[in-house]
Amino acid sequence: MLLNEYLLLAAFLFCTGVYGALARKNSVLVLMSIELILNAVNINLIAFGAFNHTVAGQVFALFVIAVAAAEVGVGLAIVLLIYRNRHSIDLDKVDVMKG
Amino acid sequence: MNGFDHWVLSGAVFIPIIGAIVIGFIPRANEVQIKAAALLTTLVTLALGVYLVASFDYDSSGVLQFAVNRPWIDVIHSQYHVGVDGISLPLLVLSMFITVLCVIYSWDHFPEPHDPKGFLILMLILEVGMNGTFVAQDLILFFVFFELVLLPMYFMIGRWGGARRQYASIKFFLFTLFGSALMILSFLALYFKAGGTTFDIPGLIAYFSDPAHALAQTTALVIFGGLFIGFAIKVPMFPFHTWLPDAHTEAPTVGSVILAAILLKLGTYGFIRIAIPMLPGAAASWAPWIGGLAVIGIIYGALCCLAQTDLKRLIAFSSVAHMGFVMLGISTLTSYGINAAVFGMVAHGLITGMLFFLAGSIGERYGTREISRLGGLLVQAPRLGWILGFCAMASLGLPGLAGFWGEFPAILSSFAPSGALADHLGLFRAYMVIAAVGTVLAAGYLLWMFQRVAFGVPKEEFEKAHIHDVHMPEWLSWTPILLLIVILGIYPHFLFKTTNGAVNQATIGVPAPVDIAPGSGAAAAAGAPAP
Amino acid sequence: MTWFLTNAWLIPLIPALSFVVILLFGKRLPNKGSEVGVIAVSASFVLAIGTAIAWIQRATSGEEHLRPAANNDLFLWFKFGPSETHFGIHIDGLAVMLLFVVTFIALMVHIFSLEYLRGDRRYTYYFAALSLFTASMLTMVSASNSLQLLLGWEGMGVCSFMLIGHWWEDKANSDAALKAFLTTRTGDIGLLIGLTMTFFLAGQTFDIEKINQAALAGHMPHTLLLVAGIALMGAVVGKSAQFPLHTWLPDAMAGPTPVSALIHAATMVVAGVYLVARFYGVFSQAFHIFTPGNSGFNLVAIIGGVTIIIAALLAFVQHDIKKVLAYSTVSQLGYMVMALGVGAWTAAIFHLFTHAFFKADLFLGAGSVSHSGSHHSFDMKKDMGGLRKQMPVTFVTFVIGSAALAGIFPLAGFWSKDEILVGAGHNGYVAFMVIGLIGAMMTAGYMTRCVWLTFFGEYRGHGHPHESPRQITGPLIILTFMAVVAGWVNGFGLHYFQKWTANPVVESAMRLGRVTEAPFSWAAAALSVTLVLIAIAFAWAYYEYHAFGFLHGLTERNATAKAGYTFVEQKYYLDHLWTDVVVGSIKRPIAAGAYWVNQHVIDGAVNGTAAGSRVVAEFVYRYIDQDLVDGAVNGTAFSAEEGGSILRRMQTGRVQQYAAAFFGFGVVIIGIGLLALTHSF
Repeated sequence: MLLNEYLLLAAFLFCTGVYGALARKNSVLVLMSIELILNAVNINLIAFGAFNHTVAGQVFALFVIAVAAAEVGVGLAIVLLIYRNRHSIDLDKVDVMKG
Repeated sequence: MNGFDHWVLSGAVFIPIIGAIVIGFIPRANEVQIKAAALLTTLVTLALGVYLVASFDYDSSGVLQFAVNRPWIDVIHSQYHVGVDGISLPLLVLSMFITVLCVIYSWDHFPEPHDPKGFLILMLILEVGMNGTFVAQDLILFFVFFELVLLPMYFMIGRWGGARRQYASIKFFLFTLFGSALMILSFLALYFKAGGTTFDIPGLIAYFSDPAHALAQTTALVIFGGLFIGFAIKVPMFPFHTWLPDAHTEAPTVGSVILAAILLKLGTYGFIRIAIPMLPGAAASWAPWIGGLAVIGIIYGALCCLAQTDLKRLIAFSSVAHMGFVMLGISTLTSYGINAAVFGMVAHGLITGMLFFLAGSIGERYGTREISRLGGLLVQAPRLGWILGFCAMASLGLPGLAGFWGEFPAILSSFAPSGALADHLGLFRAYMVIAAVGTVLAAGYLLWMFQRVAFGVPKEEFEKAHIHDVHMPEWLSWTPILLLIVILGIYPHFLFKTTNGAVNQATIGVPAPVDIAPGSGAAAAAGAPAP
Repeated sequence: MTWFLTNAWLIPLIPALSFVVILLFGKRLPNKGSEVGVIAVSASFVLAIGTAIAWIQRATSGEEHLRPAANNDLFLWFKFGPSETHFGIHIDGLAVMLLFVVTFIALMVHIFSLEYLRGDRRYTYYFAALSLFTASMLTMVSASNSLQLLLGWEGMGVCSFMLIGHWWEDKANSDAALKAFLTTRTGDIGLLIGLTMTFFLAGQTFDIEKINQAALAGHMPHTLLLVAGIALMGAVVGKSAQFPLHTWLPDAMAGPTPVSALIHAATMVVAGVYLVARFYGVFSQAFHIFTPGNSGFNLVAIIGGVTIIIAALLAFVQHDIKKVLAYSTVSQLGYMVMALGVGAWTAAIFHLFTHAFFKADLFLGAGSVSHSGSHHSFDMKKDMGGLRKQMPVTFVTFVIGSAALAGIFPLAGFWSKDEILVGAGHNGYVAFMVIGLIGAMMTAGYMTRCVWLTFFGEYRGHGHPHESPRQITGPLIILTFMAVVAGWVNGFGLHYFQKWTANPVVESAMRLGRVTEAPFSWAAAALSVTLVLIAIAFAWAYYEYHAFGFLHGLTERNATAKAGYTFVEQKYYLDHLWTDVVVGSIKRPIAAGAYWVNQHVIDGAVNGTAAGSRVVAEFVYRYIDQDLVDGAVNGTAFSAEEGGSILRRMQTGRVQQYAAAFFGFGVVIIGIGLLALTHSF
C-alpha cells in the first residue's frame, strides 16, 4: 500500500478548501470549504494511522469530526445572525472590524 | 533634683501633643469640648512653666537645669538631651504663655473657614515645636523641633489665611526650608569636624573651645555662614525678610501673633545658643556684617513702615526694625548686647504679639485694615484705642515699658563692642548712631499710625457702624500681656537676673568689651560701689 | 526732719499711684477722679516742703551739707554684664528746689483745671495724665542714675503728647502732639548716645554722681567727652525747645491752657536745663566752660544766646496770646541755657525757679482771659482788648507777672535775670551779657504789646467778659505772690538760694577754672532796669499813643522791612524745613522709595529667584524632561501611532483577507522552517 495517493488526495482537498475559504463570497460556502480542509486533515490522519498500524489516527479523526460538527453548528448560527441583521450573507459586506 | 524635675521639660514639650491627639478623638461638632481640651492642655503646660520659673536656680542661670540626657538615635550619636538655662527659660515660658492667650483669644474668633478642631490641633503641634526648640540641647533634636514648627504654620496660613494665603504660605515655607537646608549642612559639618562623635550642643561647644580642636579659619567661616543664613532667614534679617510681611499679612490673627512672638525668636535664639558659643572666632569675623545688616534693617524696616497702608503689614515691617535691634545687640558679642537681645526678644514677643492681636481685632470690627479708611477709633472704642496707643508707646521703646530694655542696651553695647571687634570700633559706633536714629523713625511710624487710626473722628462709611469695645476673651488674653509689658519695663531685673548669668556663659569665648576710658573706673566696672 | 530726706521717694510714688487709681476707678468717683489727683499732688507738695525744710536745715548745718542726702539705691534695678544699677533717689539742693517747684505748680494747675476743664468729655483722662506727668517729672528730678532720668524724661514726653493732643478730634491738635513728641524724640537721639557714652566714659556706670566725678577727674579722653557733650546738648535743644528745634513748643499750645502752664512753661521744658545742670561736670569739662583763657564762646552759650533773640523776635509778631507766651518761654529757656553755658550755674537754676512762677501765672492768666473774657479764643487782635475793667484780678496778676518776666525791680525775674547777666560778664562772656541785655529789652517790649492788646484799648470780642471764679483766680493770686517774692531768696545780696542749692559738682568744676560766684552789683542792676524801662516806655508809646509814626505801616512801605517781617512771621521758615522738607521727604519719597525697593528689588529678587527657578524648571521640564526623556517615551508612542495608522489600512475588516494573510504568512514561515531544516542537515 502506498501512502502517496492518500496524501495527494488530502492535499487536493486541502487546496480546494483553502481556495473556497479565501475566495468565495458566500459564507455558507466558506463554511463548507472549511469542512473540506478539516476532512483533508482527517484523510491524512487515518492514512498515517493505518500506515503505522495504530488507532491513534482514527481516534484523532473522530475528534476532528466531532469538533467540526460543533464548529459548523456555531458557524451556521453566526451566519444566520448575520443574515438576520444584514439581510445578506456576503462576507465582503461584513467589515465591522475595519479599524 | 527630684523625679519630677526629670520629667518637667519633657512634659512641657510633649503634653501639647497629647492634647492634640485627644482633640483628634473629639467629634468635630463638640466645639466646646475641643476648646476646653485645648485650653486645659495649654494651661497644664503653662503650669509646668510656672513651676520652672519658681524652682529655677537664678544664681547659676548659666548652668543647664532640669537637664535630661538619654540615648536617642545611637547610630549617629544623637541624644535626647533637653535642659534650660537663663537664655532659654524666658523664651520657653513666653512660648507657653502666648499659646494659652492665643487659645483664649480664639475662643469665639476662629477665622474662616472656622474649624476649631483643626486650628487648635495645629496650634498645639506648633507649641510642641516651639517649646522643643528652646529646650533642645542636641543639634539633631534642635533641628527636628525647629522644622516641626514649619508645617503647622504653613497650614495655618494656607488654610485660615487671607486672600493671598497660597502665595504667602508657600513663600514662608520655601524660604525657611531653604535656610534650614544650609543649617543642617552646617550642623553636619560641625558633627564631622568634631570627629563624628556627638551632636550634643554643650559637648560640641566644649570640644571646639579647646585650642587643640580649633577649626581652620576658612572652615569656621563657611560653617558659620550656613548657620547665619539658616537663622537670619528665620529672624528675619534684611535682606532675607520679605517672606515676613506676606506671611503676617495673610496669616490669621493668632498665627501672626505666634509668628511674631515666638517663631521669629527661634532664629535669634539659634545665634545665641549655637552659632556664637560654638564658633566665636567666626562670629567675630561675621559680626561687622551682621551688625551692618541689622542697622540697615532698623532704618529700612522703619521706612517701609511709613509707606504702608495696611495696619498689619505695617506692624510686620516694624518687626524687621525691632529684630534689627536684637541682631545689633547680638553682633556686638558682648554681655550687654546679648542681654539686650534676649530682653528684646521677650519684649518684642509681648509687644508685637499684642499689636497683632489689636490689628486683628480692629480688622475684625471694621472689616478692613486699610489705615486710610480707619480713624476715630478712640471715639468708637476708647479702650481698644488706648490699648493700641499704649502698645505703640511700648513698641517705640519708651522707658518704663518693656521695649526700652531691648533697644537702649543694644545701642549701648554697640558703642563698645567686644575686644574681638576692636578693629571695627568706628563702624560699630556708626551703627550706634544709626540705631538711635531708628528710634525716632519708630516713634514716627507708630505715632503716625496711631494718629490716623485712633485720633480724629470716624470716616463716613463707619460713622454709623456699631463698634464693640474690648470684650471678655480679649480682656482675658490681653491683660496678662499688658501687665507684663509694664512689669518688665519698670523692673527689668526680673528678666536680666535670669539672662545675665547664661549670657556671660555664652560669651565666655569672646573677649570683653573695648575699654573706653582706661583707669577711670575699674572699681565701678567690677560692679562694686565706688568709695 | 531727716525722715523727709530718707523717704523722699514717696514724692514721685504718690502721683504715680494716683495715676493708676484714676485710670482704674476714676470714672466711678463722684468728681470723676479729679479729687484723687488733687489729693495726691497736695500730699506730694507737703512732702516736698518737708523735704525742702529738712534739706535747708541740713545744708546750713555744717560740713556735711554738700553731700547729697537720701538713698542712692532703693533696690537693685537691673544688673547685666559687669555693671549693676540701683533705682535710687538722689536728694540735693537742685533736686529739692525742683521737687518744690514741680509739686507747687502742679498743685496750682490741678486746682485751676477743676474749673477750667469742668464738663470736658475727657475730664478723668486729663487728671490721670496730669498725675502721670507729675510722677514722671518728680522721678526725673530725683533720679540717682541716668536711666532713671531718662525714664522720667520720656514719661513726661508721653504725657505731653497725650495732653497736647487732649482734644484729638481736631487734626491740628493731634498734629501738634505728634510734632512735639517727634521733635523732642529727635533730640533724644542725642540723649541715648550721650548716656551711652557717659556710661562707658565713667567706667560702666549710670550713676550721675560718679559720671560727674569721673568727668571732673579728667580721665576721659576729651574728644569723646566733647562728642558726648554735644550729643547731650541735642537732647537739651529738643526738650527745652532751643534753636533750631524750638518749633514744637508754640504748636504745643494746642493743648489745654493749664497744661501749657504746667508742662510747656514751668516744668517739663526746663528738663533740658535740668539735664545740663545735673551733668554739669560733663558739660563744663566738655565745653571748657571754666577753663582759663576760653574764647568766651561755647556751644551751650551760643545756642542759648541765639534762642533768646530769635524767639523774642517771634513773640512780637504773634496774634495768639499763648503763642506770645510760648515764644517768651523759649526765649527765657534760652537765658537759662546761656547761663549754664557761661558758667552761671546758680543763676541758671535760680532763673528756672523764678520763671516757673511768673510764667505759670501768665499762662493761667491767659487761660482765665479765654475762659471768661474772650469766649475760648486766644486771638488778642480779634477777641480781646479792654479787659482790665471786667477782669480786674486777672489784669493785675497778669501785669505783675509780665513785670516779673520783664525784670522790673524788685520782682522775681529781675533778680534771676540780673544774676545771669552779671555772671556772664564776670566769667568773661561779655558778648553774651550784651545779648542778654538786648533780650531783656525785647522781653519788655513784647510783653508790653501783649498786655496792651489784651487789657487796654477797646473790647473787640463778641462775648460777655466777666471775672473768673475763685478756683481760677485763687491760683493766679498765689502765683502772683510767688512771682513777687520768689526772687528775694537770693536777692538783696542775701544769696540764700545759692547756699541751699550749692552743689559739690559745680564747686569742683569752678575750682578747676578758679572761678567764683559773681557778686551782686547795683550798677549792673540799675543798667538793666533802665534799659527795660526804656523798652517798656517805647512800646507803650508806640501802642497807646501811636508814637513813632514812621514805624507804623513800615512793613507795607519798605520792601526790606516787609521781607524781614515775612521772614519772622514765617518763623524763619524752620517749620517748613522740618515739616515739609525733612519729615515730608521721609514720609513720602524716602519711605515710598524704600518700600519700592522692598517690593521690587528685594522681594523682586526673591520672587525673581522663584520666577527664575520656575523658568529653569520650565526649561528643564519642557526641553529636557518633556522632549528628551519623555520624548523617548512619547516617541515610542508616536511611532506606534504612526505605524498604526499605516497598518490600519491593512485592517479592512474582511475576514477572508486576514485568513489569506494568515495563510500566506503560514506558508512563508513553514517554508523558511523547511529550508532551515533541510539546510541544517
